[in-house]
Amino acid sequence: MKKLLLQLFAVALLAGCDKKAEEPAKPAAGAASYIDKIKARDKLIVGVFTDKPPFGFVNEAGRYVGFDTDIGRQFAKDLLGDENKVEFVAVEPASRIPFLQSDKVDLILANMTVTPQRKEAVDFTHPNLKVAVQALVPQNSAVKSLDDLATRTTIVTIGTTADIWLTKNHPDWKLLKFEKNSESLQALSAGRGDAYAQDNLVLFSWAKQNPGYRVLEEKLGDEAPIAPAVKKGNIELRDWVNAELAKLGEEKFLLKLYDQYVRKELSDDTKPESVIVEGGKWQG
Amino acid sequence: MASSGLELLWVSLPQLGKGAVQTLSISFLSIAFSTVGGVLYGVLRTLNNKVINGVLRVYLELFRAIPVLVWLYLLFFGLPIFFGLSIPSFWCAVLVLALWGASEVGEVVRGALHSLPRGQREAGLSIGLAGPQLYGYVLLPQALKRMTPPTINVYTRIIKTSSLAVLIGVVDVIKVGQQIIERTYESVLIYGVLFLFFFFICYPLSAASKVLERRWAQA
Repeated sequence: MKKLLLQLFAVALLAGCDKKAEEPAKPAAGAASYIDKIKARDKLIVGVFTDKPPFGFVNEAGRYVGFDTDIGRQFAKDLLGDENKVEFVAVEPASRIPFLQSDKVDLILANMTVTPQRKEAVDFTHPNLKVAVQALVPQNSAVKSLDDLATRTTIVTIGTTADIWLTKNHPDWKLLKFEKNSESLQALSAGRGDAYAQDNLVLFSWAKQNPGYRVLEEKLGDEAPIAPAVKKGNIELRDWVNAELAKLGEEKFLLKLYDQYVRKELSDDTKPESVIVEGGKWQG
Repeated sequence: MASSGLELLWVSLPQLGKGAVQTLSISFLSIAFSTVGGVLYGVLRTLNNKVINGVLRVYLELFRAIPVLVWLYLLFFGLPIFFGLSIPSFWCAVLVLALWGASEVGEVVRGALHSLPRGQREAGLSIGLAGPQLYGYVLLPQALKRMTPPTINVYTRIIKTSSLAVLIGVVDVIKVGQQIIERTYESVLIYGVLFLFFFFICYPLSAASKVLERRWAQA
């Protein structure tokens, strides 16, 4: 009995950890072509966010739409001849990788930032978006560049890329930390800090809705790619997605989706190239 | 605001309805299986068979010690990875909630059976009732009174816990609510609706249990 218990716990632990020592994953469905498997099923299964506008959300009619979600529909159209031959699965940030590892979905299209740790768990295709950390200050602030922040108070949201990057690279800066993005923004507007460092998309969209703020041009750290992901070792599907992204890039397809979903969320002077990656032609 | 709020509710009704159907079907099925499984567990535990008791103790402790959330992850993502066995998210949620619920209901049933005076069992045996008759005619009907209120408490917990299934891709009524909030920022309105939904599902259950408790206390 004890032994059984131990075995169950071992399974629990293994499933819980990030599976760093992942054995070179078996080629999906043996030697048979993965694309053929999707074609035989006549349905592409894609994990998407359903509550993160403008990337993946549910519209008034109850339909799954958004920048990422519509890319999924286009993939289904080009692979299976019909944009409706796609099954969307609602994923959460923490369940994106398990959904791939357990073969529950073919592809994750859920605003996943490419990081070294994630690269060990899944295979990313070429990116479709990019993200960088920038800082937001009030319009009339004396802050001109990032260096001005060294002597001032910078607000961050706990656990975000901005928080981790600043704590590591500028340990001497004075940081004011909050649990939630909404709390940090409230603190900035209440004057409790001089600047708010966060993913630039979040800042662009806030600056659009709340006049009186500007985003500093300089970036904190490098821009990071956001990319679709397939199961580790599913080279065939990864390469298909890469070719597909290149093809869609020639039609400026992502720009169309940007105009449809993203542009209205961002301030007017935002350049599409600072958000989307057309044709997958950027590696970060 | 008032009219736009009502309008939003009106257009969102089909979506919320779909989510409610998911929540209620998962809850109803889990409650049904928990009840059957729980009674079986309770009866088996009172047979005083060492092997059966050992197996059921392990089962109970596993569901006591490991959170429902972990079970969901384990069975939904773990079984396909380690054994190639894939369960659809809906049925995985029902399975986990039913197993968890059965362990909870089972302990209630066992406690209720144990709390009956020894004389009841002996009297039944002495008039020649065999096992199933002894339980069916003598022990379970008496234990029913004692186990109903705590069992209904388990039912309401199953209904509320069903919302964890969003993590394995089930789009229940709470997830639908979040989808609408993130699009419209009407959090107060939507959470108000969810409050009423759960209240009107769970409150009648606990009210019924109170009424029964009072009626039986007098009898």
